[in-house]
Amino acid sequence: MVKQGVIPDDLSKPFWDAANAGRLEIQNCSACNRLHNPPVAACTRCKSGDNLEWKLMSGKGTIYNYGVVYDCPVRLLQQDQPFNLAVITLDEDSGIQMYSHLPGTPVDDVPVGAAVEVIFEETANGQKVPEWRVIG
Amino acid sequence: MATENAPASMYRTTEGLGVWEHKGKVAAVGVGHSPTTRRWDGTAENTMGANSIFALRQAIADAGVDPSQIDGLVLDPVTTTGAHWPEGDPIPMDVVNAYNQTDDPLDGIAKLSAEWILKNMPELSNVKFTMYGPGCMSHAIVVAAQAVGEGRTHTCLVLKSWHNLEGRYNQAGISASESVPGSFAMAPGRTLWGAPGSYGTALQFAEYCRKYGKSHDMMAPFMSNSRRNGLLFPEGYWAQHRPEHLTEEDYLNARWIAKPANLFDNDIPIMVSGAYLFTTAERAKDMKQKPVYIINHASSRGTQRSILPTLDEVEAETASTGRKIYEGAGITAADLSFENMYDGFALFHQFHLEGLRYRGMQNGDALDFYQKDISIEGPDPVLPSGGNIGSGRSRFWMHTDCIQQIQGRAGARTITGVKPEIGVSGGPMPMGGNFTVWSATPD
Repeated sequence: MVKQGVIPDDLSKPFWDAANAGRLEIQNCSACNRLHNPPVAACTRCKSGDNLEWKLMSGKGTIYNYGVVYDCPVRLLQQDQPFNLAVITLDEDSGIQMYSHLPGTPVDDVPVGAAVEVIFEETANGQKVPEWRVIG
Repeated sequence: MATENAPASMYRTTEGLGVWEHKGKVAAVGVGHSPTTRRWDGTAENTMGANSIFALRQAIADAGVDPSQIDGLVLDPVTTTGAHWPEGDPIPMDVVNAYNQTDDPLDGIAKLSAEWILKNMPELSNVKFTMYGPGCMSHAIVVAAQAVGEGRTHTCLVLKSWHNLEGRYNQAGISASESVPGSFAMAPGRTLWGAPGSYGTALQFAEYCRKYGKSHDMMAPFMSNSRRNGLLFPEGYWAQHRPEHLTEEDYLNARWIAKPANLFDNDIPIMVSGAYLFTTAERAKDMKQKPVYIINHASSRGTQRSILPTLDEVEAETASTGRKIYEGAGITAADLSFENMYDGFALFHQFHLEGLRYRGMQNGDALDFYQKDISIEGPDPVLPSGGNIGSGRSRFWMHTDCIQQIQGRAGARTITGVKPEIGVSGGPMPMGGNFTVWSATPD
């Protein structure tokens, strides 16, 4: 599945740069030790933007939930319907979620609760994006 | 007169505020609706603005007031169902010039200002208070009720309008582009992952079914009941254009959109306007219609930790909303005659019901409740309006129904299994919305 290209902006650039380098980095407030995804301009706990940094993750997670998309609004993905769209939670913090199409997992045969690891796929403009693959 | 969004202070968003200080001092006295259509036909006489004027004039006539008595107008300026005017497409000037215009040619076609309404309804010559309740009718109602309660306006119109244009829902604009901004790609919603609008709700429903051992087919009686009630709503889309019952088999065989959400779990976008007239309880006494008193309004402003709300987050928020609703009204769940909480998407109505503890319901009970008698003839009516599922996406059928049920003007839709004395309506989302408690008596 080729996803739409991504044009990094100020808030998200560190995330996308890390993805291009094969690393999963998530925004963190060092004062609160609180991860944020999506990234924020100010920490949701201390309300300050002064201590926001980008933190390297292990790239390990769990399938929290999923649905199967049959009627996708995004034109570029319509040729791939139906497809899985899962929510992954990170091992570092189960409150932090990421989307995944779960490449390699049959449609609607998704093992909720299974362990996954991050991989990186190229989007339409060459920008890499984190994806997730079931381990084992 | 520049119209601004209602300040946050007008919404009752937290628990512990006590009984609403204006409980029973504001009343609904008029209701008006435009006809429904699936999409705009491109003519001047059927614009969203034209629908708005139609609905407002109906509400005024229904209340039996002279337009010169009206001194307030609250509306939602955003009118899109998901359809936006295509960038670069010419705006039909014959349509624009058919009305008194503001400085935005799309005003009255694909957006709506209070200024446009006042320019095109000269009979509203004494409106001195205008305010926006952006979001949907549920927002506008709360703002108008609070404004009347505070004495900012004494006789106030409340309006919500929708435009719908050609083209498939949410498939234009950024959905059709080759690339997206980085922050958008990481945010909830459609993003580059291709989530349909109902995807988030579908996932919460899936989690709900796993946790409580329920299944999607248990929704079927609720869906059939909602369409049945909708077909008894002469103002609604299905009753006006496609008077087809929805059998449980129809529902179970429908194509998926975002499994476990199917076609019918998604409300159909339409063009329609709805309007109400609110006034003080004192003035309402002498008006044409039986007043329906507002005994509380409450708002939900839930936030999720990450991309999508989890079931735990949803259930915590709806329970809090239920407590706010009862606290401000000074009632308990046992006092509710009926409920008209939002349903578009159908797969989250159970969260609203369980948050209300409707008929003693606890988390995980609602789908079993749907297997019992939830009809308007029974003692436990669920969504007697039929909601958006029964009448198309207006997000106001449930408010209209509360008013009409309590006034005894719901016609064939009248609840007969219980005396309709106190009803609650509102939405849209379990994690964010505005809710109103309506009553036959001010106390």
